[in-house]
Amino acid sequence: MKKPVIEAVGRPDGLTLRAAGTWDIEAEMPEYGGVRTAVAALGSGDVLGYDTTDLETWDSGFLALVQRLEAIAADRGVEVDHSGLPEGARRLLSLAESSPSREDARRSTERPPAVERIGEATLDAVSEADRAVVFLGETTRSLGRFAMGRGRYRKRDLWLLVQQAGAGALGIVSLVSFLLGAILAFVGAVQLQQFGATIFVANLVGIAMARDMGALMTAIVMAGRSGAAYAAQLGSMKVNQETDALVTLGISPVDFLVAPRVLALSTMMPLLTLYAILMGIAGGALVATTMLDLSLTTYWNQTAGALSIGDIAGGLFKALVYGILIALSGCREGMRCGGSASAVGDAATAAVVSSIVAIISAAGVFAWVFYVLGI
Amino acid sequence: MTTSCHAPTMVAGDRAHIEVCDLTMAFGDFVLQRDLSFSIPRGSVFVIMGGSGCGKSTLLRHILGLLEPAAGSVLLDGRQISGLEPEARESIMRRFGVLYQSGALWSSMTLAENISLPLEEYTDLRPAEIREIAALKMAMVGLRGFEDYYPSEVSGGMQKRAGLARAIALDPEILCIDEPSAGLDPISSKRLDDLILELRDSMDTTVVMVTHELPSIYAIGTDSIFLDAETRTMIASGPPVWLRDNCENPTVRNFMTRGEGENG
Repeated sequence: MKKPVIEAVGRPDGLTLRAAGTWDIEAEMPEYGGVRTAVAALGSGDVLGYDTTDLETWDSGFLALVQRLEAIAADRGVEVDHSGLPEGARRLLSLAESSPSREDARRSTERPPAVERIGEATLDAVSEADRAVVFLGETTRSLGRFAMGRGRYRKRDLWLLVQQAGAGALGIVSLVSFLLGAILAFVGAVQLQQFGATIFVANLVGIAMARDMGALMTAIVMAGRSGAAYAAQLGSMKVNQETDALVTLGISPVDFLVAPRVLALSTMMPLLTLYAILMGIAGGALVATTMLDLSLTTYWNQTAGALSIGDIAGGLFKALVYGILIALSGCREGMRCGGSASAVGDAATAAVVSSIVAIISAAGVFAWVFYVLGI
Repeated sequence: MTTSCHAPTMVAGDRAHIEVCDLTMAFGDFVLQRDLSFSIPRGSVFVIMGGSGCGKSTLLRHILGLLEPAAGSVLLDGRQISGLEPEARESIMRRFGVLYQSGALWSSMTLAENISLPLEEYTDLRPAEIREIAALKMAMVGLRGFEDYYPSEVSGGMQKRAGLARAIALDPEILCIDEPSAGLDPISSKRLDDLILELRDSMDTTVVMVTHELPSIYAIGTDSIFLDAETRTMIASGPPVWLRDNCENPTVRNFMTRGEGENG
């Protein structure tokens, strides 16, 4: 392989560029600074020609260099003579030049001024909020139709969703809430041992799990599990125009896709939470019986005495609300997904983030309301 | 009655760019095609024809070395493609450019970035030079000005052309094309054909094409084979026009005349 070379040779009416050697973009490109200076020194009326008799092979790297030099030449009104180029290169260059330039298609890369950007962002946020309210309204109406028995959905889909959001989540919910119960018991045990009141570990674990932690942990697990799945499912359906296909059949995608998901998750969440509360108490019991020398019966009696039906009902109500929030965030992010594969990933991420934010905010509101009402 | 017909070989063996020898393609026990033997001459536009589901795209994947042959071999310049070490494979893959059926552009990158990626991976060029080459390739396929668009923002035909620009980014010796005209209107499809021919003529590329678009086949195909789903082997080979005029096999005749020659 010969080294690629390009040099400028003066001639009476301008300049000849002599290229030689083997040009391969994957190997190396020649130094062309001198040639560029020579071309830039040409003036109007001069001719730029080529001599490629010693050029062995050439590729796009050569063509790109030719284009770059000719762009400089064109700025100075230099005439270009392609006759010295290899036949194939000449054809490719004319192919590239013949294609119409869609200058109107070109994007402006200029950054708009700060005021304009703030304005745009505000308008975006307003219309985003607007669409969120519309989505909420559509879903509510759709659930209303569902309750009246006029919802359009497939029963099999609904049962499948119920299975995925219910039985399918038992494993992970068991693990997380059992460990959470055990952790609460550990934390409580260390403090309560100082007062010799270790028996109250049962109260601590039972009340914490029933009132808040059971619902909260289940909700966070489900946000990662079902919320993300809903966004990805609906998002990829949107990308494949499957939602458009539903609309053209006269079926509202909200009826067909969103309502069953909201329904499935909001009915399964309280059940999962009830289960999580029991698993948490079991986790606490394990720590209490092995580390604190409490008997299982004592622990259970203490827990039963500490918990009121109101505590559990409150927890289950919170779970219902969290379930609705997760399903709504997941479906909403899926429905507003863009048209590409990466948009589906973005939708899933956004779904998890927005449902966790919604869950935590709701938990804060609940804490305050329950306190004020004295529940 | 299945009589196979093969045009007399017009290519001297040493001009063969790719050779397929007694290739059998199978998924487990299911044999898709057996005993395929043909050679693809350098600089030809080689068409792989056949009805749906007969294994055309699978054959293309064997030629690219993406699938292991159940028996037989695929040779590129006399060297076996299958069963290579990763490094040797990579250097062979760089000699291929592939245009996939639906473009297969990376949707999170702009068109220019799609074309730049192979250049960034395989060359030491400076970013400015890569941008220039990408712009040149975009101009060649008639997409000047669309550098900053995302694949989802342009039409199907433009995605195909951008896919072609990506396939030729590294000036490949062999351009493999899966269904170039699928989903394109006749005019766009003709322009794509012209473009492929122009690229072949200017860069002396060998083109291997899977298609069942008859106008394209006759317009640009210089050589072809016909795979049959029923007998599971190739039942015809030769220049498409020669096959249309000389082949007696009813399956091939039907295909090449869109069923109009059935009674004639």
